[in-house]
Amino acid sequence: MRRKAGPKKIGDGPDKPLVVSIKNDNALRIYAADRQAARLGLKSGMALADARAMVPVLDVAESDLPSDRALLEKIADWCDRFTPLVALDEPHGLLLDVTGVDHLFGGERALCETVHMKLSRQGFIVQCAMAGTAVAARALSHYAPGTIALPGKEDEAIANLPVAALQLDGGIAHSLRRAGLKTIGQVAARKRNELTARFGKEMVGHLDHALGHSEEPVSPRRPLPDFMAEHRFAEPLTVQDAILASLKMLAETLGEVLEKHGRGAREMTAVFFRADGAVRRLCVQTGAPTRDAAIIARLFRERLDSLADPLDPGFGFDLIRLEASCAENQTEETPSFEADARAARDVAFLVDRLAARFGAQRVQRFQPQDTHIPEAAAVAVPAQYAGPTKTAWHMQRGKDDPPRRPLRLLAKPEPIEDVMALAPDSPPKRFKWRQVRHSIAHAEGPERIAMEWWRHQEQMPTRDYFRVEDEEGRRFWLYREGLYAETREPKWFVHGVFA
Amino acid sequence: MSRPAHLLASLRQSLERSEPNLACVPLGHAGADEVLRGLRREALHEVYAAEAGDSAAASGFAAGLAHRLCAGRSLLWIRQEFSALEHGEINGSGLLELGIDPPKIILLRVDHAKDALKAAGDALSCTGLGAVVIEIYGEHKALDLTATRRLMFATERDGVSAVLLRLGAEADASAAETRWIVRSAPSPAEDDFGFARFDATLARNRHGQTGRWIMEWNGNDGSFHEPAENPFGLAAAPADGSLAAESWPKEDWRWAG
Repeated sequence: MRRKAGPKKIGDGPDKPLVVSIKNDNALRIYAADRQAARLGLKSGMALADARAMVPVLDVAESDLPSDRALLEKIADWCDRFTPLVALDEPHGLLLDVTGVDHLFGGERALCETVHMKLSRQGFIVQCAMAGTAVAARALSHYAPGTIALPGKEDEAIANLPVAALQLDGGIAHSLRRAGLKTIGQVAARKRNELTARFGKEMVGHLDHALGHSEEPVSPRRPLPDFMAEHRFAEPLTVQDAILASLKMLAETLGEVLEKHGRGAREMTAVFFRADGAVRRLCVQTGAPTRDAAIIARLFRERLDSLADPLDPGFGFDLIRLEASCAENQTEETPSFEADARAARDVAFLVDRLAARFGAQRVQRFQPQDTHIPEAAAVAVPAQYAGPTKTAWHMQRGKDDPPRRPLRLLAKPEPIEDVMALAPDSPPKRFKWRQVRHSIAHAEGPERIAMEWWRHQEQMPTRDYFRVEDEEGRRFWLYREGLYAETREPKWFVHGVFA
Repeated sequence: MSRPAHLLASLRQSLERSEPNLACVPLGHAGADEVLRGLRREALHEVYAAEAGDSAAASGFAAGLAHRLCAGRSLLWIRQEFSALEHGEINGSGLLELGIDPPKIILLRVDHAKDALKAAGDALSCTGLGAVVIEIYGEHKALDLTATRRLMFATERDGVSAVLLRLGAEADASAAETRWIVRSAPSPAEDDFGFARFDATLARNRHGQTGRWIMEWNGNDGSFHEPAENPFGLAAAPADGSLAAESWPKEDWRWAG
């Protein structure tokens, strides 16, 4: 059984009739009208000038669609407390897949009432309905709010609704009405092949969704977590220690579930639902699948400590949920007493902690790259994702030779000035870098590195690298961009500094 | 003296004699080792760049120290974002050329010196690590005597070594075990392009004398050395290559260790 509820918000009304205008095809039209305005005959889609003529005392507000959407997203965040599967049904609706969760709230009727009451209390006008498919729930919430269609009886529940409730394209609803089919029940009674011939396959498919004969998939706002555990608090939590303790207990619960399934999570998200409706999500990642509650709790502590804008409990959190995603198979772990394995585990845990505190991008490991371009070969990747590779490290220098690659590589090669070098292949005699002059005492080169033509769109000049040492013993890695044959005036750069 | 007490005393004596070998690492440079009697593992060591232009040399020296202290375990290198921009990123291929295994290195970038210290405090409790290099650019209030004392305690508690690499800063009061001031040393005039060679001043040593030496880093055995007298390496190889062929397997074996 699958049930969906669609709460619907229309807006709240002040004293004067209020409409929201939108500019459509260079004409101002009514986008939405409040109850009072609707009672006076104003409808969305009407030209604003006509509306003003009909109702001279009219409050007009300009529409702000991005804010509307942001508000809808916030309401959706709040609705996450009922189910993790919440989808936006723009512009005004939300779809909640409440399959299997209604018993937590005392049944379907009670769930519907809870949603209605809690959202109304926040100042929204809400219309809820529940049905087996999204289309049916949407139709009911618009035209028969409060209905809860019995499982498998969607067709009966919506039979008496006008065809407009199907929310088909304008033309089709109009044609149906002209054919004398005023309600959905009348349409449903027609033969399918007749309808298909006249209105197309899509319309018939939509009708079947509405009648509960087939189902339209709902795309949730977030990917569903693989596993989750949650705590609800009668008395909202405000103290950080209590929050952490609760997270630890959740991690233990989740750990048991993961163990039962033989899985470990790579990503954990804690969702904090504040009593006043605000929702905050925090995520930590691990390099290896884990289900150890102590590790997870520690990572969340690091994450909480490092927040630039701290977790503000306000009046407290009344629900904390822990979600595990990217759960991978993890075989039963046998405690290893081998020093190497233990050290590796210690280091992996440290990497996770540092990543939770400073961000995964900032904890890196070197990974060999299959390229000879110096700046590309030196790429370090986030340590949590660095795995074994087929590429091996390859030493450039011969045995007993000085290093051929610098210890410190500048992120961007810096141009040097006043370079005096003999053409075509001689190293420079002197140069100026960062306002300091260097006279070269020793030099080695050139080492010619051609750019990889299959990587770049345009032709990249060849580089001739030189290792040079100045009179004070400072060792630089310089290069000349372009051979003398390629360019008339080649440019010189310093790319790194040797130890 | 009764017999058990005598035995105990002799045992203690032998322990004392063997202890420095457990907790200290020789640098490989005879002169420095004679003064230092090894670099203490459970301690904080400071490396300063003598001048702005010596930051790469100081980095190389710090990498060398950390490599000696690590003894094959992983190394965490913490540095400030700005330091990497100013002095260049730590280069994996460059480490490899110095004989330091890049997969053993974990890099961490942070914004502020106090973040670096916080991360170091955490990392020093991770016994899977061999050493932590903390690279800090410029002078910072956060890096006072108390902070270095805290690092020192952390190293003593869990046995992970700490190397504090200070670039663009004047030496300040600290609780460190040793302090090195490093500048680049020129290669001999006859050479083409030299090995990593340091003019290292031991400016502070809590347990002994100080000194100043020219050291050369040998990437093959991962240790410091006296600069070779012979400009063509330790021994000029015969032109027919017979010696080189003979020494291959042995050298390979040393590498793996």
